[in-house]
Amino acid sequence: METTIEKHTISVLVDNEPGVLARVIGLFSGRGYNIESLTVAEVDAEQKVSRITIVTSGTRMIIEQIKNQLDRLVPVHRVRDLTDEGPHIERELALIKVAGTGDRRIESLRIADIFKARVVDATLSSFVFEMTGSAAELDDFIGLMRQLGLVDVSRTGVAAISKGAASL
Amino acid sequence: MSENKLTGAEIVIKALKDQGVDVIFGYPGGAVLPIYDALFKQNDLRHILVRHEQAAVHAAEGYARSTGKVGAVLVTSGPGATNAVTGLTDALMDSIPIVCLTGQVPTHLIGNDAFQEADTTGITRPCTKHNYLVKDVNNLARTMHEGFYVARSGRPGPVVIDIPKDVQFAEGTYVPPGEVKHKTYRPQVKPDLSLVEQAVELIANAKRPIFYTGGGVINSGPMASKLLTQFVRMTGYPCTNTLMGLGAYPASDRQFLGMLGMHGTYEANLAMHGCDVMINIGARFDDRVTGKLSAFSPDSKKIHVDIDPSSINKNVRVDIPIVGDCAHVLEDMIRIWKARQKRPDQVALKQWWAQIEEWRGRDCLRYVKTDPIIKPQYALERLRELTRKHDTYITTEVGQHQMWAAQFIPFEEPNRWMTSGGLGTMGYGLPAAIGTQIAHPDSLVVDISGEASFMMNMQEMATAVQYNLPVKILILNNQYMGMVRQWQELLHGSRYSQSYSEALPDFVKLAEAFGGVGLRATKVSEVDDVLNQMIDIRRPVIVDMCVDQKENCFPMIPGGRAHNEILLGPADQMGEETRAGEATPEEGMVLV
Ligand SMILES: Cc1cc2nc3c(=O)[nH]c(=O)nc-3n(C[C@H](O)[C@H](O)[C@H](O)COP(=O)(O)OP(=O)(O)OC[C@H]3O[C@@H](n4cnc5c(N)ncnc54)[C@H](O)[C@@H]3O)c2cc1C
Ligand SMILES: Cc1ncc(C[n+]2csc(CCOP(=O)(O)OP(=O)(O)O)c2C)c(N)n1
Ligand SMILES: [Mg+2]
Repeated sequence: METTIEKHTISVLVDNEPGVLARVIGLFSGRGYNIESLTVAEVDAEQKVSRITIVTSGTRMIIEQIKNQLDRLVPVHRVRDLTDEGPHIERELALIKVAGTGDRRIESLRIADIFKARVVDATLSSFVFEMTGSAAELDDFIGLMRQLGLVDVSRTGVAAISKGAASL
Repeated sequence: MSENKLTGAEIVIKALKDQGVDVIFGYPGGAVLPIYDALFKQNDLRHILVRHEQAAVHAAEGYARSTGKVGAVLVTSGPGATNAVTGLTDALMDSIPIVCLTGQVPTHLIGNDAFQEADTTGITRPCTKHNYLVKDVNNLARTMHEGFYVARSGRPGPVVIDIPKDVQFAEGTYVPPGEVKHKTYRPQVKPDLSLVEQAVELIANAKRPIFYTGGGVINSGPMASKLLTQFVRMTGYPCTNTLMGLGAYPASDRQFLGMLGMHGTYEANLAMHGCDVMINIGARFDDRVTGKLSAFSPDSKKIHVDIDPSSINKNVRVDIPIVGDCAHVLEDMIRIWKARQKRPDQVALKQWWAQIEEWRGRDCLRYVKTDPIIKPQYALERLRELTRKHDTYITTEVGQHQMWAAQFIPFEEPNRWMTSGGLGTMGYGLPAAIGTQIAHPDSLVVDISGEASFMMNMQEMATAVQYNLPVKILILNNQYMGMVRQWQELLHGSRYSQSYSEALPDFVKLAEAFGGVGLRATKVSEVDDVLNQMIDIRRPVIVDMCVDQKENCFPMIPGGRAHNEILLGPADQMGEETRAGEATPEEGMVLV
């Protein structure tokens, strides 16, 4: 029995109809699959198509099951395993609120600069940073901010797309 | 009413008719009154009034499985819909095509905890193939047609269409069923030919092959069974069926090894264990079949034909996965086999058959006949003999009697055997028999039943009486939840916790109270006479067949064991408790 756990990023195109997200989430909870991140938004308003990006992990057999199970849902157009299909870009956006004064405040600003995080709100005692990057970069930045007065984080989850000219 | 406009309720009826529905099983209530009113005003579509919504779904399942058509159900909102959930789950597990219409509170009240409101689409999402809530009457006809398409195509399954009461009253436009080209749902029926070619080569070069075939062959339609039989005979290879596949291959054929799995035959299970090439056609490697996965058929190359890609490589890794419909794939296999003039290795095959015959020689279904005490197996052997010349359909409940039925009643063709395999729903058999009898009014329909299971849906006797359905309920009455008792005996030190029915009704009087006929046999000498009467009476009959209370069903592969660790019948039963109990690995004990 294979036991190696792999992490995969899967893109799913679905009809944007009521309940479609519940079907996808219910599938994961009902069958005990992991969801590390899930994002969803309409990508074609005219055709009413949404794109769901799921980061999940499991053995090779489980990953194959997840894709087959997703594909079996009636409103699903297409399921693509970006991890398997070659080079792709993954990005996540986070809004990070840091409160503090004095050196810690200055230090947070300096680190934000290094990480290319933008200040999108500032008061005398707080900043809100906006940062886009890989999930790991976000983790790193948030980790540092934790020591400098982190009070709130909001993350979007991963959006992903393949490199090159091909479409989903 | 304006021209070309119909009410939602009328659209429902018209769509049902246009989908070829002639019978609908249902139960009325406030949220479906407009549909019942529309039913009242027409005569083409027959409504069968059941006595519980669960039974409506099981009846539709019996109807569907015995005809190959989609079964139709109509229930009200709230409790009507929740009562249907067990039936829907049953149909999902066994891949039975059902369209279940549920009433819903009016759209403007949805979410307000209105009277008899339930989140029907939410509740049934995991137990249907797909479901819909129709909020606009102008989408109703299209949704109905799509629902039928989804239910019957690909891997069949249950579909729920939830229709708020205001939508049933509203006027809208009807559209007839068109050529269905679903936006997203297009199951693959034609296989990848290069894979079929590889499979044919592997099959032709096998030394110890076996066909392992399942419910998918039945789902595919009678043609698939014909092609399967043809191909199996061309190869000369042995064939076994799952519980759901019984009838896909003729039971009387020498190449048939009987059912495999937990209560399957010794020869089928050992052949599965020892084969070098396994040809799975439309079966899903269920745990009741594979036993301990790590020891499942360790030395074989495996071919798997299934219309649902998610069935492939789910439990067992296979070497040649073929996505497609059984009939299509079998047709291609036969064509390629013929074109390439394949001829298997006759020497190897002869040796393989010699080995199989040796296993078959163990006569694993043998039991100790007693007199006057009736052994359940004996009762079924007599049923088999006495119904030989009849046009017979068999349904079952769930338990030991179900397994004995699978072992002792032979099926020569598909669609004759209706049983709850995946969910194992006690109470399935009687309503399924009713649905089957509705579809085949002149045939003999027998529900092989246990006294405990029968009581789960016995209210349906009233349905049988109302519609003059001559269904036969053959209760193998052991006064125990026999299957539970057997596990307790073998795995829990004979502690029969709550598996004995202290109080049972007098089934003969019960039959009479319902307006049916009750018969009883308590000794061997009465069996034939009672069964003959049962067969001849053209009314609903309950037979109280009082059988040995302690008989166990063998062969048996206890949970967590491998095929070659199969326990055989009486002769092999010595110290069974220790063998099955103590030696059962802990991971086996937790399995159901
Ligand atoms: C008390 C009890 C004991 C049991 N013991 C046993 C036992 O000993 N042996 C046994 O076999 N079962 C037993 N069962 C039944 C078991 O639980 C499963 O229901 C059964 O084994 C599944 O049968 P199957 O593999 O044929 O699959 P099904 O459930 O019939 O599934 C059909 C498969 O075929 C596919 N399919 C559907 N349509 C098509 C098509 N047109 N073309 C191609 N593929 C298609 C589906 O995708 C699916 O994978 C028992 C059940 C109970 C309640
Ligand atoms: C609805 C439901 N509840 C519980 C079970 C668990 N169960 C499986 S077999 C069985 C006993 C069935 O007894 P009976 O109908 O008398 O059949 P027998 O095994 O005695 O032939 C039970 C309780 C089930 N399968 N279905
Ligand atoms: Mg019993």
